[in-house]
Amino acid sequence: MSATVPAPARRTVEDGAPLLAVEDLRVHFRTERGTVHAVNGISFDIRPGETLGIVGESGCGKSVSSLAIMGLLAANGRVASGRALFDGRDLLPLRDSELRRIRGREIAMIFQDPMTSLNPVMTIGSQIREALQTHFGMERKPADTRATELLDQVGIPSARARLKDYPHQFSGGMRQRAMIAIALACEPRLLIADEPTTALDVTIQAQILELLRALVTDRGTALMLITHDLGVVAGMCERVNVMYGGTIVETGAAEQLFGRPRHPYTLGLLQSVPRLDEARGAKLRPIEGAPRDQLQEPRACPFQPRCRYEVDQSRQELPPLVEIEPGHHVACFNPVPADEWSRSRAVLP
Amino acid sequence: MTATEPVPVDLSPDGGPLVEVEDLKVWFPIRSGIVLDRHVGDVKAVDGVSLTIRRGETLGLVGESGCGKSTVGRALLRLYEPTAGRIVVNGRDITTLPEKELRPLRRTMQMIFQDPYASLNPRHSVGRLIGEPMRVHGVASRREVDGRVRELLERVGLPRDAVSRYPHEFSGGQRQRIGIARAVALNPDFIVADEPVSALDVSIQAQIINLMESLQDEFELTYLFIAHDLAVVRHISDRIAVMYLGSIVELSPADELYTGPLHPYTISLLSAIPIPDPVVERARRPLLLAGDLPSPANPPSGCRFHTRCPFVQPTRCRDERPELRTLSSGHSVACHWAEEVRAGTIRPHAQEPIFEPGPQPEPYLPPPV
Repeated sequence: MSATVPAPARRTVEDGAPLLAVEDLRVHFRTERGTVHAVNGISFDIRPGETLGIVGESGCGKSVSSLAIMGLLAANGRVASGRALFDGRDLLPLRDSELRRIRGREIAMIFQDPMTSLNPVMTIGSQIREALQTHFGMERKPADTRATELLDQVGIPSARARLKDYPHQFSGGMRQRAMIAIALACEPRLLIADEPTTALDVTIQAQILELLRALVTDRGTALMLITHDLGVVAGMCERVNVMYGGTIVETGAAEQLFGRPRHPYTLGLLQSVPRLDEARGAKLRPIEGAPRDQLQEPRACPFQPRCRYEVDQSRQELPPLVEIEPGHHVACFNPVPADEWSRSRAVLP
Repeated sequence: MTATEPVPVDLSPDGGPLVEVEDLKVWFPIRSGIVLDRHVGDVKAVDGVSLTIRRGETLGLVGESGCGKSTVGRALLRLYEPTAGRIVVNGRDITTLPEKELRPLRRTMQMIFQDPYASLNPRHSVGRLIGEPMRVHGVASRREVDGRVRELLERVGLPRDAVSRYPHEFSGGQRQRIGIARAVALNPDFIVADEPVSALDVSIQAQIINLMESLQDEFELTYLFIAHDLAVVRHISDRIAVMYLGSIVELSPADELYTGPLHPYTISLLSAIPIPDPVVERARRPLLLAGDLPSPANPPSGCRFHTRCPFVQPTRCRDERPELRTLSSGHSVACHWAEEVRAGTIRPHAQEPIFEPGPQPEPYLPPPV
């Protein structure tokens, strides 16, 4: 029935205007133990052709916020407030039928485990064709040709023959490539990649990251890269949001965040990972404690119980995200001195 | 340093070997047919590994999934039966020791697993989980066990009331602390830690690594630390063995591995690991490997890495299996061309990032004019 619906004409985004602008997004989940406040009022935007990194640890809300934007929350989840303006249009109130025209077509998503997002009883070829037929009403023949092209572009050898394979006949890295081929089928303007390389070995990860990098430079696709891996973010992203306890605690250009981290959590993350390119022997400085459950609406800094820099105010109110230098925002009442990270590294043996 | 001077621990490299492994092979048979159950081949998970672990040191074992690193760790503890080779622990050959004679030795060899939840019985309280090995091995009376369990819990940073609680009540990092407490409960000499921090968030990883380091000093432990994260392995290890498809391709002092890797696989692996610094990272280029790991049931001939090696040469690589040989003090490599690679006389060739090293098309040569 949707075959006759013409693809919506693409409007070009004005120079500098964000492609996606998320404002005050809040997501709650109803659970047996109470309401989990998974995302607590986050705002960010992403411009066309930009790579935005979202880092944080398990449960910080990084995946949930992207699922909410795409209308893919689990049944017990609900968007409590906020807007997600894609090209000026709010996605959050849209009905599923309207969202379906945007998902895949305008915004595509790839996940950590390609095996759970690929249909095990459909061939790779038919899964790519499905996207083309659904969104463009393409005939089988041209869709087949296009599918071959796509597999070829993501670096799968003998692409034509591989169209007839089922997902289990592909290795992990090839499955992730096939997922990327499906995501690219409709030439989306925004690609959300949620831990796309976490399940892969580093040498395969390097191949996939190279592919994503080429995609952004060649096609100008905006990329939202969600990951816990600081190294991946450093190599891929221009801007980075650091999340903790359902809030953005720090955001800025990659050079700012990794060079002059101002939030104690960002600093803590950088101090907890051993680096290959530095002398051995220094003791790691872990962040003590563990994240708290989010059964209550945050009324104080979510990081305060684990923080070395807490002040009285941290226990009394939620710190707002304020600009500390151009383009660099931090949500902290007692930000880390700008040179703390470089000084703490200089004293290493 | 200040008042808390650490007690000097003898970590001299000649602390003598605690574990010696010679030409270890662990093959898993592939069977086919229901009635006949024929033996049609073997998955050569570990195929000729020799290594020595010195008393008091940490030997890191790295490699990608399917390289056989976990199988080595388990075979050392005789959790898998070795197909061939010799395992000597504390001067005693345990390769074929019957289970009855092996059991008392198990007290001295323990294991820490990747997923602490899967390795802790959910129906046992923490007190029982940690106390049971002590009772089984008869190292403490029932009354002593309770006190010792409480001591251990405190030592690994768990609250005292943890004794009566159950594994599901703890977070991932705390569960790993329980697993560690259980492993050190019997005062072992040797611990195999198989991906002990891979399932944990980075801020928690550092807590567990620091804990393992301080327990090593306190209990004079020897670790085999198995992980895929080279940055973590390099941090905790004294020496590092890099595995590829069932064998060790490089064995290096931890300090030298990043600055002077010798094997092409190690070079590629190191280049592919992202460094959390955009300034450094943007100046680096990963040396991409072609294709995927070949099947260990049908490993390539010659050097097992030759199908993906960016430095592969027309001679020797395809038909002659390189032995692990020492190039400089304490640094060995299994590559025919290691000297040339190190000297830079052999350069990596550009590789298309493809997944199957199938036959490559002939390069197009313009016809002579």
